[in-house]
Amino acid sequence: MRKLGLRFVALGYLAVILVGPLSIVFWRTFEDGFAPAWDALTTPETLHAFKLTLIITAIAVPVNTVFGILAALAIVRKKFPGKSVLNAFIDLPLALSPVVVGLALFLLYGREGWFGGWLNEHGIQVLFALPAMVIATIFVSIPFVAREVVPTLQEVGDEQEQAARTLGATGWQTFWRITLPSIRWAVIYGVILTTARCLGEYGAVAVVSGRLQGQTETATLRVQERYESFDLAGAYAISIVLALLAILVLVAMTVIRPREETAH
Amino acid sequence: MTTFLSLFVALPIAALVWEASSEGTQSFWEAVSSPEAVAALKLTLGTSFAVSLLNAVLGTITAWVLVRDDFRGKSFVNAIIDLPFALPTIVAGLTLLALYGPTSPIGINVAYTKTAIVLALMFVTLPFVVRTVQPVLQELDPELEQAAHTLGASQTTTFRRVILPNLVPSLLSGVALAFAKAVGEFGSLVIITGNIPFQTEVSSVYIFGRIESGDSASAAAVSVVLLVISFVTLLSIGAIRHVATRHDRA
Amino acid sequence: MSILVRNVSRSFGDFVALDDVSLEVDSGSLTALLGPSGSGKSTLLRIIAGLERPDAGQILLSGKDATALTPQKRNIGFVFQHYAAFKHMTVHDNIAFGLKVRKRPKAEIRNRVDELLNLVQLEGLGNRYPSQLSGGQRQRMGLARALAPEPDVLLLDEPFGALDARVRAELREWLTRLHDVVHVTTVFVTHDQEEAMEVADQITLLNEGRVVQVGAPRQLYDEPESEFVMRFIGDASEIGGVLVRPRDVELLQEPASGAAEAMIVRMTVLGRDAKVELHDSTGAEIVAVITRERFDELDLWRGQTVWVRARRKRVFAA
Repeated sequence: MRKLGLRFVALGYLAVILVGPLSIVFWRTFEDGFAPAWDALTTPETLHAFKLTLIITAIAVPVNTVFGILAALAIVRKKFPGKSVLNAFIDLPLALSPVVVGLALFLLYGREGWFGGWLNEHGIQVLFALPAMVIATIFVSIPFVAREVVPTLQEVGDEQEQAARTLGATGWQTFWRITLPSIRWAVIYGVILTTARCLGEYGAVAVVSGRLQGQTETATLRVQERYESFDLAGAYAISIVLALLAILVLVAMTVIRPREETAH
Repeated sequence: MTTFLSLFVALPIAALVWEASSEGTQSFWEAVSSPEAVAALKLTLGTSFAVSLLNAVLGTITAWVLVRDDFRGKSFVNAIIDLPFALPTIVAGLTLLALYGPTSPIGINVAYTKTAIVLALMFVTLPFVVRTVQPVLQELDPELEQAAHTLGASQTTTFRRVILPNLVPSLLSGVALAFAKAVGEFGSLVIITGNIPFQTEVSSVYIFGRIESGDSASAAAVSVVLLVISFVTLLSIGAIRHVATRHDRA
Repeated sequence: MSILVRNVSRSFGDFVALDDVSLEVDSGSLTALLGPSGSGKSTLLRIIAGLERPDAGQILLSGKDATALTPQKRNIGFVFQHYAAFKHMTVHDNIAFGLKVRKRPKAEIRNRVDELLNLVQLEGLGNRYPSQLSGGQRQRMGLARALAPEPDVLLLDEPFGALDARVRAELREWLTRLHDVVHVTTVFVTHDQEEAMEVADQITLLNEGRVVQVGAPRQLYDEPESEFVMRFIGDASEIGGVLVRPRDVELLQEPASGAAEAMIVRMTVLGRDAKVELHDSTGAEIVAVITRERFDELDLWRGQTVWVRARRKRVFAA
């Protein structure tokens, strides 16, 4: 009896908070048929917004993947002063409000910012343009690959790498042939999480982008813009696309997670 | 490597602190203690705290059901727990608005109220406690419970005295993570709360407003407060982990 | 408290763990449930404890039907192979658990725990945590914990299985002495026939979910009722299709009727006896134990060919 009660509470909780709301959005979007949704999605500004989101993600994910692997290697394999600081810094973006991140970047790269003056003189625009948005997105998605790879590296141990070295492999060969394959699934899982975060970033990008329609507006920013313009249908339509991407991410996570866990 | 990271991460924080203090301590204090800022902070902390506690209970129950119970569709349920990780926060806000706002098909309208804040925060923090407690529950030796039963302990007593103490560290970790996320949450609140100052405006929204008005110094000042809260929360998670594993270090 | 197991059966899917098992345990006795892995002995113990339910049959504790009772209500003490120590509690709190759950007064609990710490020789370690104890100490704590609420029955599931050989031997002796002092009906599960022979008053030998033989250790050794029993308990060699105990193997230096040829592989002097290990013509091992006098008389060497004969034959019904 108690078991059923607990099950009811848990499922009810999930239905009220997650499933219910999402289902309603799907319903509302296609309430009047497929066409209005399609129209909303294919306006030039919206298409540009999607394109911009994808471009930013395409830059941020590889950067954070490389960085994440290097950071994880440094944390697990090397001894150096300030290691715990590095560890804490990696986790920091998780705990920071995205608006605060945006503000910090604004202060650094804005016209009166620390780098702003120099950048302005050389005609490089960072703020209210693509570079700032990319930097902001990179910042908020830093932790994911590193956090997935670190425990895997720790469990795998470096004996295999030592063996490779005694057999004459160079550092690079060892990394490519031994280390990387051993952390393969952790990296993939981390990449999936990073991608999801990049696609969904809102707060930091909202601050640094200036939200210029057709220029510096990402898909998430556009959802907000459509809502403010009383175009609820448009907002829903873009949300559905993002939600479908999120579901894809979920599926990928569910499929990859067991492989990531058994690789230990 | 450390230099790269320091530049990338430490520099922005340094910029914040610099800006916050750029007009002097007096200005800093005024910015932080302005009525609107204080109201926003109180609201932020209050709702984050409430949501963290709710998550502690509901999240543990959910983890329990996922580990101990079996029913059709359980793997589907397990998968959707991560939805808040994958879904953009702005979309989360919009979906909550669809069901619990003015166009609600079931007639519930909590848009522009504090309840909306709690709802949105519950959405984005849902996975945290569940995912930290789940693996610990999974690994728990069933013989511990059996031993307690043979010694005369009922199911409830066994849960209270044998299972729960083993869950507390991961539970606290999850709660701290949820709290940190809730304090800084922005995207999901922007639409559904209406951002009404003194009523439904949280600190992150307040900061955003200050930036848009060009008042970077005030924005930075309040940001520093949030930063300190994040830092303390992060440190406490580390401390919890350290204390929790003391019984394992023989 | 006496235990009566009546026609208990239990299956896990297709696997039959227990098939119509019945057995009687006298009050105050020290009984071993012995058998190879998969024989059902642990399952049976857990059914007696209430940690498992039988598919059919009954468990009677002191004459009363306890089959439907939860473990909490059976007043049994259970000791687990891997200790099941509450690692977040001190040794003292572990032992006190059963008493705290029964809401005993604090003074009583303190006295009882101290008494038990002395009994299991863990005095002074009450404030330690299980992770700070050795395996043997953890198991002694497990025993103290199980005994604290004064159970009517003490059940032990391969209690020494996770410990190394020396500690195992120590604790074995220790359990026998404990039983002399505490006198509670004790049932323990083991796959180690030596352990059962050394410790128990009564052995119930199980194989493939069925009771094969019940009796005192000496009985199972001297009067095995089947080939399985004879092979499982004590050494047994096969000579000419017949099973024979090491002490009943005759060593001859010339062929004789009924004797088989064998080659000496190893010889060990064990005080007043000598163990001679041989391989017969098929390479199967034969173990003989002869007196020192006979050994000295015979002047044997490794690689020597001798003849072996069964002095006492045991033939079992097919």
